[in-house]
Amino acid sequence: MAAAPSSPGPLRPDRPSVPFGRGGADRHRTRAALPWPLWGPALAGLGLLVLPVLGLVARADWVRLPELVTSDAALTALGLSLRTAAASTALCLLLGGPLAVVLARGRPPGLRVLRSLVLLPLVLPPVVGGLALLYLLGRTGLVGRYLDLYLGVRVPFTTTAVVLAQTFVAMPFLVVSLEGALRTAGDRYETVAATLGARPWTVFWRVTVPLLLPGLGSAVVLAFARALGEFGATIAFAGSLAGQTRTLPLEIYLQRESDVDGAVALSLLLVAVAAVVVVLARPRAVEGAR
Amino acid sequence: MRARAPLGLAVALVLALAACGSGGGNPAPRRTVTVLAAASLTEVFGRLEQRFEAEHPGVDVKISYGGSSDLAQQIVNGAPADVFAAANTSTMDTVARAGLAGQPRVFATNELRIAVPADNPKNIGSLADLAKDGVVLVVCAPQVPCGAATQKVATAAGVRLRPASEEPDVKSVLGKVVAGEADAGLVYVTDVHARGDRVRGVAFPEAAGARNDYPITVPSGAPEAELGRQFVELVRGQVGREALTAAGFQVP
Amino acid sequence: MTPRSSALDVDVELGRPGFALSVALRVEPGEVLAVLGPNGSGKSTLLGVLAGLLRPDRGRVVLGGRTLTDAGRGAHVPPHRRGVGLLAQQPLLFPHLTAEANVAFGPRARGVPRRAAREIARRWLSEVDVLELADRRPAELSGGQAQRVAVARALAAEPDLVLLDEPFAALDVDAAPALRAVLGRVLRAGGRTALVVTHDPLDALVLSDRLVVLDAGVVVEAGPTRQVLARPRTAFTARIAGLELVAGVAAPTGLRAPDGAVLAGHREPGLVDGVPAVAVFPPRAVAVHRERPNGSPRNVFPVVLAGLEPRADVVRLRAAAAPGGPGWAEGLSADVTPAAVADLGLEPGLPVWFAVKATEVTLCPAPGETVSAR
Repeated sequence: MAAAPSSPGPLRPDRPSVPFGRGGADRHRTRAALPWPLWGPALAGLGLLVLPVLGLVARADWVRLPELVTSDAALTALGLSLRTAAASTALCLLLGGPLAVVLARGRPPGLRVLRSLVLLPLVLPPVVGGLALLYLLGRTGLVGRYLDLYLGVRVPFTTTAVVLAQTFVAMPFLVVSLEGALRTAGDRYETVAATLGARPWTVFWRVTVPLLLPGLGSAVVLAFARALGEFGATIAFAGSLAGQTRTLPLEIYLQRESDVDGAVALSLLLVAVAAVVVVLARPRAVEGAR
Repeated sequence: MRARAPLGLAVALVLALAACGSGGGNPAPRRTVTVLAAASLTEVFGRLEQRFEAEHPGVDVKISYGGSSDLAQQIVNGAPADVFAAANTSTMDTVARAGLAGQPRVFATNELRIAVPADNPKNIGSLADLAKDGVVLVVCAPQVPCGAATQKVATAAGVRLRPASEEPDVKSVLGKVVAGEADAGLVYVTDVHARGDRVRGVAFPEAAGARNDYPITVPSGAPEAELGRQFVELVRGQVGREALTAAGFQVP
Repeated sequence: MTPRSSALDVDVELGRPGFALSVALRVEPGEVLAVLGPNGSGKSTLLGVLAGLLRPDRGRVVLGGRTLTDAGRGAHVPPHRRGVGLLAQQPLLFPHLTAEANVAFGPRARGVPRRAAREIARRWLSEVDVLELADRRPAELSGGQAQRVAVARALAAEPDLVLLDEPFAALDVDAAPALRAVLGRVLRAGGRTALVVTHDPLDALVLSDRLVVLDAGVVVEAGPTRQVLARPRTAFTARIAGLELVAGVAAPTGLRAPDGAVLAGHREPGLVDGVPAVAVFPPRAVAVHRERPNGSPRNVFPVVLAGLEPRADVVRLRAAAAPGGPGWAEGLSADVTPAAVADLGLEPGLPVWFAVKATEVTLCPAPGETVSAR
């Protein structure tokens, strides 16, 4: 018996669900071929990024490595680095999160200018940032002079200064990636939530923030990694004192004057910590906001 | 294909870097003498370079300034150098251990001064004043030569210093004083000379006990050893001594 | 689920480069108004104004006696305090919440305790027949299922006014009729004031009591849905509506017309025998014969040609009731090719037979019937 040829079939499900999402790579899939001239520069670029680290690995004194990375100075610097990077990441989140939301959702006057200003620390040499902080919060700085005069608060040479310097250089990473995630997501969900009667504050906590969580993860990791590696702004603004302001990058810079093996060992330690941090967040950070 | 990639890559990198490094020159001089010098010698050697080139037509002097230990590492790692002038003897020892030092001679000494802002707000007059409460002091970290010298003078004076920061180099120390963040810093007298308008140097007797010797040498294997020797002679001769003295150095 | 019935009064103007909206309309408490118009006619702009997402340049929006927008006084109640719910083309379910939590969102937002909100959510999910999907995330729902949850979510917030923005446009053709039936049922059961924006006359027919037709930002026609669709007064409406309607009562074999004739067709879901219904078909689906055709016994009826109107590439024939034929055939149209007109020697006054294939006929409930006296 012949079936009606053009019957749409009433049993067809009206759009099958795809519980496994689009993440799985399909090995059957082919793509348009890449132009071959890209491979050369791409490999060279990869080499420029990876080979120096290999150089570091090759130069390391592996016999003394355990002793070098567990020296008092190294552990003190590592501890300080982790603490300050965590604090500045928290500060980034506390200040940069709202900033990103305002930039993405609010309509502040001069939005373009504001966004450029936020990006400034990304393109400034960090040491310039450190100087700028010094001339703002330093003893003779724009604000620092009053902090000193009325409150007796001096920021430079303190751990607080380290955190501020790290926040200064790291916050743009958080703001930019969060704002990007917000813009990609669009405000349609927030609009729906409002028409369901949710107040702005409720919408923020129950819709905006949860939708942002994946992007937030990578943004936080980026900020933490940047804070961990911060050098220029710290040395210019906070100085360098063991246990107080001498973070791991500063310790490395100092040790390389006297003990190259020590500096290399600490560099590897920093590479390892950064690698762990980035690998932890890699999937989201690389794939970006969904 | 796969195995050759790293080699090709390295070649490409080297070519690219070499291209970055070579500036376009005027009528190419026939000979070049390469000098590696401690950063604190920038001003003096800049003058001597002009003098040397004027006296040796067709010779180009190329001076690379940097931290002494960095320069020493470069020489140990095979960088070509006709003259090496270091800010301390220990870095010269590094080169000597590699068998490359030639015959170093001390051509200048430098000693510490207390750098204070031009108006000297805390009225610093001696090393002992640095230990007073409320004085924000910045010094070099003990790992670097100026920091080692700082420890030495403090011990000699029996003063216990409590610095707010131990900077990785003398310029950072000076920077903090210039910025007004520090009330005092321990730097070399030549650094005070270089920033004469913004900071003042306070001399103290213990400084003489921690002089920094500046050795100079023609490293073994120098491509232009003869020109290198002539440059060293210029530095150690009358012209060099005058220039060094003018910059605050003492000469033997 | 207490029925909230509020009247909506709108009189607004909004100008943009190259476009102006100027609309005055009233929706009675519990009434469903359809807004029909092509793309760019201002339908979505109108919804934006009502939902509070756009501020009009002039005019007022009053809902249940509350002034939501008054451009003259600069008054503008923000979206979350308007009591205006919005159901869009896309379900836009919050991806991080289960279906149930999505529906409970509205009740939670107005302060209903967690447990009670959960109860409300489950009731609404069962109302739209997807209670068994309560614990699923949106990513695990089909398009039709997600849109059902979205309907439940919009209604669970108990809005005074529900706005539906082409709610079936993004659905597969198979899923749309079922959802249309569900929506028609729940809107009516709740006695809710609602406004449905669509470009599909069928949506208007199934869901709405009254219809306004929007063109280039202005209302070009308004009236009871069936009447407007069946007897468009403007060519514009005729073009976008373009449907022939026969009213009657749903019967097991099709639509029973007042004279007892039965029209066979494809039944919309939710059609219950015995309720008022309409048979709907496009004029191009009507074949014209000089003699009663033999092969296809269904949906054939005699008429008298009342007029011929040349269109772009067809000729529209207008029918009058034939003596002894069905009265409901009065005014029906058929589109045929000019060649067919010549071949058959068609001219006004000629008795002919109209035949409509059952596959081209849609049978749907006609809620407008009960209120068409308005």
